[in-house]
Amino acid sequence: MHEPGEVKIPIGPQHPALKEPESFLINLHGEKITAVSVRLGYNHRGIEKACEERTYVQDLYLVERICGICSHSHSTCFVQAVEEIAGIEVPARAKYIRTLIAELERIHSHLLWLGVAGHEIGFDTLLMYTWRDREVVMDLLATLTGNRVNYGINTLGGVRRDINSEQKEEVLKAMGILEERTKYYIELAQGETTVVKRLAGVGILSYEDAQRLGTVGPTARASGIERDTRKDDPYAAYAELDFKVITSSHCDVYGRTIVRLGELMESYSMVRQIIQKIPDGPISVKSPRKIPAGEAVSRYEAPRGEDFHYVRSNGTEKPDRVKVRAPTLANIQAVSKMLEDRYLADMPIVVAAIDPCFSCTDRLIAIRDTERKRKNTVPWETVRLKGIEWYKMQGIDFTSLNKKLTKIF
Amino acid sequence: MAKALFHILIFPGLFFLFIFGFIAEYVDRKLYARFQNRVGPPWFQPVADFIKLMSKEEIIPEEADTTVFKLMPIFALSACATAILYIPILGERSIFSFNGDVIVVLYLLTIPTLTYFLGGWYSRSVFSMIGAVRGLTQLFAYEVPLFLCILASALLADTWSLSEMVTFYNHHLGYWFCNILGFAVALISLLGKLEKVPFDIPEAETEIVAGSFTEYGGRLLALIRMAFNIEMVVGASLLAAVFLPFGLNLHPAAIFLLYLIQVFLIIAAISFLRSLFARLRLDQMINLCWKYFAPLAFLQVLINLVLKGMLPR
Repeated sequence: MHEPGEVKIPIGPQHPALKEPESFLINLHGEKITAVSVRLGYNHRGIEKACEERTYVQDLYLVERICGICSHSHSTCFVQAVEEIAGIEVPARAKYIRTLIAELERIHSHLLWLGVAGHEIGFDTLLMYTWRDREVVMDLLATLTGNRVNYGINTLGGVRRDINSEQKEEVLKAMGILEERTKYYIELAQGETTVVKRLAGVGILSYEDAQRLGTVGPTARASGIERDTRKDDPYAAYAELDFKVITSSHCDVYGRTIVRLGELMESYSMVRQIIQKIPDGPISVKSPRKIPAGEAVSRYEAPRGEDFHYVRSNGTEKPDRVKVRAPTLANIQAVSKMLEDRYLADMPIVVAAIDPCFSCTDRLIAIRDTERKRKNTVPWETVRLKGIEWYKMQGIDFTSLNKKLTKIF
Repeated sequence: MAKALFHILIFPGLFFLFIFGFIAEYVDRKLYARFQNRVGPPWFQPVADFIKLMSKEEIIPEEADTTVFKLMPIFALSACATAILYIPILGERSIFSFNGDVIVVLYLLTIPTLTYFLGGWYSRSVFSMIGAVRGLTQLFAYEVPLFLCILASALLADTWSLSEMVTFYNHHLGYWFCNILGFAVALISLLGKLEKVPFDIPEAETEIVAGSFTEYGGRLLALIRMAFNIEMVVGASLLAAVFLPFGLNLHPAAIFLLYLIQVFLIIAAISFLRSLFARLRLDQMINLCWKYFAPLAFLQVLINLVLKGMLPR
């Protein structure tokens, strides 16, 4: 305790409000928040480095696992960058299938978010209802791709699975059910007094602040910024689809809810258009194992906002550098702004309202020496050696295996 | 002596309350689950939870005040269990009845909240402390409407004894209708007392983990959960006795059955209400209680004062 009446409370790294480890240290005066300090870096997995050790096709499966929810977003974003370097022209049908999965993913992500938001404001009934309805789209994804979460549908030069007319019927049927349910949720979000009371006026982020802090996705759109990669820089089949960019001028958590619910309705109409317009033809073209030297940037509108991949190749079958900027990294800065002068009770919903995905965001670990107040950066080789030593201590030794492998190659 | 012991330990004392508490918890959880389109727990789940918690290690934080930390759950449990002795559940008379017992019951039902505050405060964890302070703040908001509603009912009956209130309303069956506003307000206030949605602010999981009970575990947590169950049963019994006094001239077995039905109806209403709302913020909850529920409770008092002069006795 510092000043009288001021309490420091740690939300995280482990806390029921957070689904992933992240630290929010909150200074509290009574019920009011006076200061927030956010600390990232509890969930660093070294995926970018690991990508450099694998071939492009292996990387596809690795980047798909950056995020458990927007898995298709990352894999599409990556594959688009690689295809651009290699100069591969993806068939139209493949582009439509990619878009279809992307929109279905948005539907399942937004429904999941609605449930989580309900839970954060203590409305568990909403959580149970939305997650039940989310099963419809999850089952649909399973029938279309074979998996509920990591679809593995992308490949270099197209997609791996085609859809048939039976599946098209199923998709249309599911859209009907979901549209009905979403209308009910829109009514609920606008009509249920306790929900409106907990959401309206909470976590305000003005248009200027949203611009200045570089927010993306529904967070930006709820502050009135018309920013949507699908419209601004169309990829896949989005240029041929008719859809609106949903914005709101509420600038608060309520606005973010309305934007996401509106996007759900847009997604249903987009899926219907895709089913109607999908052209015949091959679903993939052959791609070379070795990608020519070059670099490319790819942008993609993930459910949480703009996803950004940078790939640099050196003419081998492994990338030279892969850089991922997940949407949460762009939005996390806005959280401290949103929490200014708010109550502790608003903290979970404000954090949840950017739909955070912390493990996707974490790019490095900074080791802090709290006694000497100094940051420490450890070079890659040291980390590697430490890793080998740690495994030796656990009784796992790779040295003999490594020798054998070097003999073979 | 033996009779008093029987009342305290067996019926309607601890043994009965434990069993009833388990059933009430099951009914509440099952209904809540069904309202949320879930399957819900099997019938033995509350008992299984209790046994599991009882068999667990007792962990007390180093900085906590051990005596207070250990005593508070027992205090809460005994206060709730004592209150049932003054509530008429079998017919028109409670086991120990005297003029003024309605106030004793209300105070006994306030004690658990205070013990949760002390237990949380002396846990010396930030989450517990915030939860404890929230609980106490909330107490001042819901307690006034609840007291006023029950006292309004007592005003009309012109007695401070629960048993006599029940007798009065039983002989003037039409009068219960006058208290319907009070019943609604008291039911919602009971949600605050039981720390259930939308008033589960003191133990808001997503904000302060488990509030006052963050540091509790094992046997002590089992006792606290039991205290909540019993508080729910006793609170429902109190509302049933004050606001739903029907058919007390029947056979004792029928009366008991009727009592059970009334209590379960109130518990079902609680489960229904808590599946309907989002959790309010503390300031919103206090606003709601003082701006709407307290005036409504005062209105009930006013209505009863006017009616008292008008209606035949």
